[in-house]
Amino acid sequence: MTATATPPASRSRTPLTRTPGAPRRPKRQTGRHIMLGSIALLWLAPLLWAMYTSLRPYSDTAKHGYLSWPHSIGLQNFSDAWSQSGMPHFFWNSVLITVPAVLGTLLFAAAVAFFVSQFDFRWNVVLLILFTAGNLLPAQVLITPLYRLYLLIPLPSWMSDSLLLYNSLWGIIFIHIAYQCGFCTFVLSNYMKTIPKEISEAALVDGAPVWRQFFQIVLPLCRPAFAALATLESIWIYNDFFWSLALIQTGDKRPITSALANLQGQYFTNPNLIAAGALMTAIPTLLVYFALQRQFISGLTIGSGKG
Amino acid sequence: MSSVRTAPRSSSRAHTRSRRLGPGDRLFLTVVVGIPLLALLFFVWLPALASIGLSFTNWDGLTLSDIHWVGLDNYHQIFTNYPPFWPAVRHNVAWLLFTALLPTPFGVFLAYQLDRKIRFTRVYQTAIFMPMVLSLAVVGFIWEIIYNPDTGLLNGVISAVSSGHHIDWLGDPNLNLWAVLVASGWRHAGYIMILYLAGLKGFDPALKEAAALDGANGRQTFLRVVLPALKPVNIIILVVTVMESLRAFDIVYVLGGGIGSKPGMELLSLLISDNIIGESSHIGYGSALAVILLLVSLAAIGVFLFQTFRKEDQ
Repeated sequence: MTATATPPASRSRTPLTRTPGAPRRPKRQTGRHIMLGSIALLWLAPLLWAMYTSLRPYSDTAKHGYLSWPHSIGLQNFSDAWSQSGMPHFFWNSVLITVPAVLGTLLFAAAVAFFVSQFDFRWNVVLLILFTAGNLLPAQVLITPLYRLYLLIPLPSWMSDSLLLYNSLWGIIFIHIAYQCGFCTFVLSNYMKTIPKEISEAALVDGAPVWRQFFQIVLPLCRPAFAALATLESIWIYNDFFWSLALIQTGDKRPITSALANLQGQYFTNPNLIAAGALMTAIPTLLVYFALQRQFISGLTIGSGKG
Repeated sequence: MSSVRTAPRSSSRAHTRSRRLGPGDRLFLTVVVGIPLLALLFFVWLPALASIGLSFTNWDGLTLSDIHWVGLDNYHQIFTNYPPFWPAVRHNVAWLLFTALLPTPFGVFLAYQLDRKIRFTRVYQTAIFMPMVLSLAVVGFIWEIIYNPDTGLLNGVISAVSSGHHIDWLGDPNLNLWAVLVASGWRHAGYIMILYLAGLKGFDPALKEAAALDGANGRQTFLRVVLPALKPVNIIILVVTVMESLRAFDIVYVLGGGIGSKPGMELLSLLISDNIIGESSHIGYGSALAVILLLVSLAAIGVFLFQTFRKEDQ
């Protein structure tokens, strides 16, 4: 921070070009827009290509090739994909996994972050390290023992028809919460450190119990951080298919991301159909992203050593 | 909040607050912190430790009584007599170098370009972050219809320009890793951009203005003022890059056709799942591979934790 960036040579010409104190004039904005616009377009190109492909019937592309002008355009592939792969069912599975997992992760991570950032207990740093490092462990390192563990833990029949944590949605939810808490705790504790201690101290002097401080003061203040984390966690949890690949045996319990395989025929694959199916699975995360977009950047607090 | 923040002496940590907690408060805190802590220890740390234990054994994964202690045999085998291992290590290193040298700096560059008051900044952000929003399965299918040797966009464009080329982007062992890396970099740049944008907002704009007044141009301001001041964010970006490169799995799995590792695309994470999920599972072997991955990861995690929490421990 103390590094002064100025080479002595350039200092001499400054007063000539600009009055000190005047706001910097934005120059060459057009160039910047052209650059950013083309990057954005390049980044969207694969997606647009998938959309274009998905709108064309298979017969059209088979006859004229994929790199051709369309002879007919329609949503037939989308409705086929929707009905052929049993998508509504798998969407529902994804909802059953993602919603509790995201809410659970945020609630528990908020509690740990609250504990770590608002109180001065001796083990706080250790606790924070344990959570943060846990999220950085590669999932492949955990999978074998976790699989055995899941085979050993019984569940009552109203929770899972497998009677085990293995092959049940609960198992997927639990591992998501345990694994994702680390990242959220890290971000939320950074965020909560920016909340002045006077606020919760005032509440304490007023005699408010800790749970009310937590739910009525700290949580509402963290709303932007929750929005940002909810976006990221929904994307990650909804899109994950490693846990469900390893910990769910029955195909029809799997979330939507692993159900795309149902669209791949045994002898014949229709890429247009798969493109349509793939694009449809992306709709929920896109909705979450657009709904919470406003707070996405502003709520994400990383690496601020403001404490 | 801003009015509160200006209150005098906001750093009053003096009185230990834990002393004033009543029994109800303590119960509440124990429950809400205890549940996630137990879940973390039980579902994450216990399996991680168990993997280390299993790596010294020979086990087919069927019955627990079949576990035999074999000491360092698995490691010895892996290093000397397991053909895909060293290619996988090389590919992981290539993955890391590629990601650290291209998509990560590019993401930082984009964040810096977008972190100013220009129009459409949110449109640009959304477009570039879009690949992260899509699931890897979707990303896999999207790139499949680009890379497909017969019907794909890429070969279509190439053959329109010059005929006679038939490139199997995902099949050719000399090419497929790079084809996957392009797809992975496409996602990674957006992720880094978002993280860095979040980091940049903690940066004091006065510093930038001061640098501008001193006559520094955009590049100088960034390299000598912004970058050094954002050290904590840089560390996070670095750790994310290293960890994503070490953990890379889904996108390779999907683009490799979902059948485990493929020539030219072996990665440590794929070798692990080859050994523990396949029909003939070699749990000890897979665990030893996992521990190797763990040790490399711990080096990165350790650097991160040391840099991040050193201050707070004092």
